[in-house]
Amino acid sequence: MEVTVSQEEQYYIIAVDGDLDASSSIMMDNALEEAFQNDNKYILIDCQKLHYISSPGIGVLTSRLDECEETGTQIALFGMSEKVLNVFQILGLDRLIPIKVTKEEAKNHLD
Amino acid sequence: MIYSIEVPCKKNNLKKVRQFVERVLLGYLISPVEANMMVLAVDELCANLMIHSHSCNPDNSIEVRIQNQNNRFVFEIHDDADDTFNVAEYQTPDMQEVIKNRQSGGIGLILVKKIMDDIQFERDGTHNICRLYKHFPPNSAN
Repeated sequence: MEVTVSQEEQYYIIAVDGDLDASSSIMMDNALEEAFQNDNKYILIDCQKLHYISSPGIGVLTSRLDECEETGTQIALFGMSEKVLNVFQILGLDRLIPIKVTKEEAKNHLD
Repeated sequence: MIYSIEVPCKKNNLKKVRQFVERVLLGYLISPVEANMMVLAVDELCANLMIHSHSCNPDNSIEVRIQNQNNRFVFEIHDDADDTFNVAEYQTPDMQEVIKNRQSGGIGLILVKKIMDDIQFERDGTHNICRLYKHFPPNSAN
């Protein structure tokens, strides 16, 4: 799996490529930790190339949700495949985390 | 027919397990979303065993067996461990609690319980078998 981090205007974008599972979730956690340390308030997670996600990948996101509320940080995900979206839906997380189709929609949601 | 794979307890072998389950399910008319749910449940349980029961010790291994039995899939995960827990009796936490407590663990077993129709656990000495049952989704066939 590969995690690529970039900055577009005020948005910190984490692009995930491959399988986000027990062996790779640490990379995602590191990218999120960096975003929080640098006080980025708008985080976008690009899931267009995310092939698979299991609980450690979900866990790195959910463990930050409370912190997001506390620090006023906003997170949105975009570009999910049906398979990946289904995992969020099973847990009811699609009602708690903004999940958008395109990057523009995700940006607009955070604005 | 019983399909099986045995892998050493290393987290990077989880992909092999997933590919194995995917390949078996390809022989059935199941949507990619349904198939992914079953792959995910097996992956979660294997990851849990590798990490918590075997401390990712590659000298230990787990075996996954899949069979089609009376219009349902039976996924068996076999391992030998002194220290284990009965997943069938495990009370999963509430997702809201997991978020509030900033936990990153516990979600895997929530998924397994939501996805599978039944879970059974059997222990014989140090040998453990966890069985996950999933009825064929509507309109599936082999």
